[in-house]
Amino acid sequence: MHRRGVGAGAIARKKLTEAKYKERGTVLAEDQLAQMSKQLETFRTHLEAFASKHKQEIRKSPEFRLQFQDMCATIGVDPLASGKGFWAEMLGVGDFYYELGVQIIEVCLALKHRNGGLITLEELQQQVLKGRGKFAQDVSQDDLLRAIKKLKVLGNGFGIIPVGGTFLVQSVPAELNMDHTVVLQLAEKKGFVTVGEIRTSLKWETERAKQVLDHLLREGMAWLDAQAPAEPQFWFPALFPELHGQDGAPEAAPGNAEP
Amino acid sequence: MLDCGVLLLSTHRLIWRDQKNHECCIAVPLSQIVFIEEQAAGIGKSAKIVVHLHPASSNKDPGPFQSSKYSYVKLSFKEHGQIEFYRRLSEEITQRRWESMPTGQAIRSPLPGRIRAVGIVGIERKLEEKRKETDKNISEAFEDLSKLMEKAKEMVELSKSIANKIKEKQGDITEDETIRFKSYLLSMGIANPVTRETYGSGTQYHMQLAKQLAGILQTPLEERGGIMSLTEVYCLVNRARGLELLSPEDLVNACKMLESLKLPLRLRIFDSGVMVIELQSHNEEEMVAAALETVSEKGSLTADEFAKLVGMSVLLAKERLLLAEKMGHLCRDDSVEGLRFYPNLFLTQS
Repeated sequence: MHRRGVGAGAIARKKLTEAKYKERGTVLAEDQLAQMSKQLETFRTHLEAFASKHKQEIRKSPEFRLQFQDMCATIGVDPLASGKGFWAEMLGVGDFYYELGVQIIEVCLALKHRNGGLITLEELQQQVLKGRGKFAQDVSQDDLLRAIKKLKVLGNGFGIIPVGGTFLVQSVPAELNMDHTVVLQLAEKKGFVTVGEIRTSLKWETERAKQVLDHLLREGMAWLDAQAPAEPQFWFPALFPELHGQDGAPEAAPGNAEP
Repeated sequence: MLDCGVLLLSTHRLIWRDQKNHECCIAVPLSQIVFIEEQAAGIGKSAKIVVHLHPASSNKDPGPFQSSKYSYVKLSFKEHGQIEFYRRLSEEITQRRWESMPTGQAIRSPLPGRIRAVGIVGIERKLEEKRKETDKNISEAFEDLSKLMEKAKEMVELSKSIANKIKEKQGDITEDETIRFKSYLLSMGIANPVTRETYGSGTQYHMQLAKQLAGILQTPLEERGGIMSLTEVYCLVNRARGLELLSPEDLVNACKMLESLKLPLRLRIFDSGVMVIELQSHNEEEMVAAALETVSEKGSLTADEFAKLVGMSVLLAKERLLLAEKMGHLCRDDSVEGLRFYPNLFLTQS
């Protein structure tokens, strides 16, 4: 008996049609994928050879790492995308940066109660190196920046703000727009800023300056010295790490004035 | 002409040696130096150090010139090294170690009119050899790196070409082949040119990883009230692994698959962009009700205070309070003293 659309015969016919359809369309893709698979194997061998000669160099030399990263970026390859990628597996680049990421997260968390989640790249480097111990590999600022760029994807608010020739690293999901950034840049020279200075240098209205400073105060990134002689001063702990007073317990509320 | 040479600094002397004729050597005792100054490089001129000297003593060894109208010597750094050398020379002049240390070998030339630096030649040669060796290693490493990158570039081109073919033949590529292609891209660290998706999303590797994570994170989540931020998870998992760490992208891509794989955890993204992993059994909205009670008991709380009371991270405490606010249970007082949350009396008393 022959029922329409059902039964072994129909199924077999369907499979045949699919196969013919596939045959026509994907022959080209199949060929290229096979080619890519082969070339991938060849590349893997080259990378293995390179790693056996220069793996140490990558681990030990920040300059070589920098060169390596720049070249990867130029050709459109991200060696840090996945721990499962060839680069991570064979060169060990991955482990270096991913571990650095963990160390950066921990340092930022430990200091957040002091600086509100903002820290200079210099201080971050110092603290990370301290944590790594005497015998660990050297870590350059470029290394830190690359690790931080990767951490952004975790949604914790990691960001990099250029100030005065260096960078501030943000590690909390506070919203910092152009206005906040510009005030931070202005404060970078002395570690503090006043409403008057903002009005003079940036030509802003008092209201705008106050709003920006208040936001930074609320986020715990700025501390208010209302006792300053001329006018109140807004200090940024991130910009003067050596001058911190007593160490409050981590995760304590920022509160106000530390003259 | 005292044209091309190498400058050496010891605790006692400043020594210049001709690069071609190693027998030709000039030395100045550091004690003869009054002060030094830097001259920056400019267009057409190299960086210099000017060494101002005391008048020569009468028993000075003969030098390249009988006399000079100048009381200084200019050292011209044609290639590099001026900054470092200036620093070291300044240090030596300041420390004046020659006053407390006896000189080593007394170098006296047997021939009048010429100084032969015997001990130094050997040291210089070793330094030169070592430098050449390092240079060779470095240049070899860079050469190898360039060659490697050439090959990597070919892989990138090939993947683009395949991606184009796929785009042309819409739908004619099987799921199997798509998965294969994605895993090749993952290996090379190339972004998927077809879908522009983040690296390696939806590959076998990430599926396996998602299942692994479900196993690893069950207990830690229970210990932390059913919720953890993604950064906490990243640190926890990588610290436990020690080697073959996960990239942040690996973690995110794996977590994105948790729900579709029907695993007992899920990824949640708050309005602020903060990403968390929750147990399926966790209900943040229910936790909000508990939070409201806590805040009411205390009258008002900041995120820090709430975090301490409940034993949560400040980050997640803040998210819970923000969610409570969004749901209308709390309202905020945003002052320079911090963000404080109060029970929303408008809601309850209307």
